[in-house]
Amino acid sequence: MGTEALLERLHAQYAPVTADGDSAEAPVGAVRSRGVSHGVLVLELDREALLDTVRALRDQHGFDLFLDVTAVDWPDAPLRFEVVWHFYSTADKVRVRLKTRVAADDAEVDSLTSLYGSAGYMERECHDMYGIRFRGNDDLRPILLYEGFRGHPLRKDYPKQKEQPLVPYRPPQSALVR
Amino acid sequence: MSADLVTSAIPSPIRTTLTPSREDTVVVNIGPSHPATHGTVQIVAELDGEKVLRTDVHCGYLHRGFEKECEDHTWHNLIPYVDRLNYCSALINNFAYCEGVEKLMGIEITPRTKYLRTLLAEYSRVADHLTCVAAQLMELGAMTAFLYLVTVRDHMYEHLAAITGARVTYSYGRIGGLAYDVPPGWFARLEEILVEYEDYVARVHALVDRNRIFIDRMRDVGVLSTADALHWGFTGPVLRSTGVPRDLRRDTPYLAYAELDFEVPVGIKGDNYDRYYVRMREMDESVYMMRQLVDLMPEGPINVDDHRCVFPEKQLVYTEIESLINHFKLVMEGPVVPAGDVYVAHEGANGELGFYMVSNGSGTPHKVHVRSPSFVHMGGIHRMLDGYQLADIVTSFGSVNMIGGECDR
Amino acid sequence: MYGKRLPILDMGPGLAGATGVGSLPLGGGAGSASLARPGQSKAASFEFLTTRKDELVGWARKFSLFPYPFVTACCAMEFMAVSASHYDTDRFGAALPRFSPRQADLLMVVGTVTQKQAPILLKVYEQMCEPKWVMAFGVCASTGGFYQNYASLPGIDRIIPVDIYVPGCPPRPEMVIDGIMRLQEKIAASPHPIINERF
Repeated sequence: MGTEALLERLHAQYAPVTADGDSAEAPVGAVRSRGVSHGVLVLELDREALLDTVRALRDQHGFDLFLDVTAVDWPDAPLRFEVVWHFYSTADKVRVRLKTRVAADDAEVDSLTSLYGSAGYMERECHDMYGIRFRGNDDLRPILLYEGFRGHPLRKDYPKQKEQPLVPYRPPQSALVR
Repeated sequence: MSADLVTSAIPSPIRTTLTPSREDTVVVNIGPSHPATHGTVQIVAELDGEKVLRTDVHCGYLHRGFEKECEDHTWHNLIPYVDRLNYCSALINNFAYCEGVEKLMGIEITPRTKYLRTLLAEYSRVADHLTCVAAQLMELGAMTAFLYLVTVRDHMYEHLAAITGARVTYSYGRIGGLAYDVPPGWFARLEEILVEYEDYVARVHALVDRNRIFIDRMRDVGVLSTADALHWGFTGPVLRSTGVPRDLRRDTPYLAYAELDFEVPVGIKGDNYDRYYVRMREMDESVYMMRQLVDLMPEGPINVDDHRCVFPEKQLVYTEIESLINHFKLVMEGPVVPAGDVYVAHEGANGELGFYMVSNGSGTPHKVHVRSPSFVHMGGIHRMLDGYQLADIVTSFGSVNMIGGECDR
Repeated sequence: MYGKRLPILDMGPGLAGATGVGSLPLGGGAGSASLARPGQSKAASFEFLTTRKDELVGWARKFSLFPYPFVTACCAMEFMAVSASHYDTDRFGAALPRFSPRQADLLMVVGTVTQKQAPILLKVYEQMCEPKWVMAFGVCASTGGFYQNYASLPGIDRIIPVDIYVPGCPPRPEMVIDGIMRLQEKIAASPHPIINERF
């Protein structure tokens, strides 16, 4: 199984489902679109299809390394957050990107902690920064931020310089010098 | 300032889920201001005497808001920020970031830049591994090895300052090329430093490789299997120490790596000793690659001739109106990058360093996300700490080379 | 320049935090630029003795600094460089790091301190005993550097008093050594109120 063979199989298996539900090849999950972006195969899914697709990628296609989960905030779009996952197959050296869209008031996707251990910390970070909830990950404590921090800083509506200090500030040093 | 302790009134920044599971166990806190945890990681450990039963690793004490800063600065202005991610090997971050933007813009760098970036990336990798091994050995008590390796590293820093202008955080990569070309005499001095490197590293090998104490402390400590490593997302020297030769420079070659002859060192057992040795061998391979690159280095310009991202010559900026406008737009608005997203991954000193960049078609990024190897390793490091002794936390943690800037971003 | 005795400035009693010296009335211990000749008057000879004592204590304190390297970020690379053989801090007596704040007297805050790390910094500072000095190593510790956002503390002097600021991103080792030398001058010139006229 080489790089090209795996890419062909993925292209064939994850054909996008067209508007009337038909497609040329057998549809697997609700894949909305498929493309290649700078050498990475990109699949856009519905969030319900996520866990099955990832399980198939890991078990059937050999994507043994879960690289990353992050989110992108499009404040003007109806479905505000775009959650992005990256996977890598160490044997075939192929990368895959999965994307899904969620609304701001319903920002919940399935957690991949049952499939990959590394998902734990990365989902915690995504939750910290964007407020995306991961169903199935019961440890969503703040990891980069601290207890008591309110808000999700990487959202576009969080002002960059809004500090929430834990230690109250003392008067500036220059006020103490004669 | 009041005499009462103010800190008793300040809430703890973390919440740990670790409580003693038995009557005779104790939960201790290590860090975050701790020499062995490199100052920014807190490990809450449940101990049964000297044995570690469970750990709860807390990072984030160096979260400096890099990704939020990215949304506020132009693509050019972020280059100093990316430097400070993995600050031990800052040039690798520079070049990975610049390559991401270049991919989005559809720019291909010149041959000289390609080879020079490869050379400097390997140079940075050597500096990073030197720092990691020096710190690890110092934490074990081998102060001599630290002093030897930091001496070599200091010469490397001065040498890099001759080409980039700075010792530690260089800001040398540019979108479309590099900041400056190589000054005269630089390659000759490089060869001198590499010879000196070989001398000092040979001394360190002689001191520790077959040292009884070193082997007792590092062999069979922090053992990781390949399946475990992949499940928990380990890449880089940690993954290679388990026995699989996975290296992005060999698997998905970028820059000039396809034209170089090098080996990918792997370990046997996945323990701390293997990780130390993999790093030492990787440094040797990097030095070998650098010598090849010096021979292969082509002549030519270092910046592409693309006005969308490369600043025009100062001479022209002061005399021609088009260059003046070009310069003005590049400074005020930043290089206009077409909308889209890209994920570019380089083999950093710690593993797969990935940049996921989203552009909305302006001179400021919509989002830049760093896939940092150190952060993922912190999620999996409990596999190397649980079940071993308290003192082994020092060696295992040092062997993972957690860099705070990269871990917490 | 090094070793020159600086004129002792008359610092008022309200500066308890600035130099880490307790707020005692600065009487005979303040010293003055001119020495009283022995045998002149009791107050003058007391002043002579306490000035000599101040110089001795200042000399001892400045050459036996025990740093607590509160290391967080990139400045750590330059801290390692300045502690190693090429730019040796051992020449200045400041080589032996003490990783327990109880045993240290110079808190070197090396690197960015974030809002999450601030309580830890304050705790470490409070655990140190008097006399103690604080060096802000690097711009992130001095003013926050170029991280002006929700996560980063805009300078450690927001939470603890600082004696010497060493800017740089990261500062060259020579700059750090200059900072240590200036701090040593400051230490030598500080009053050391162990003995004063009433005690």
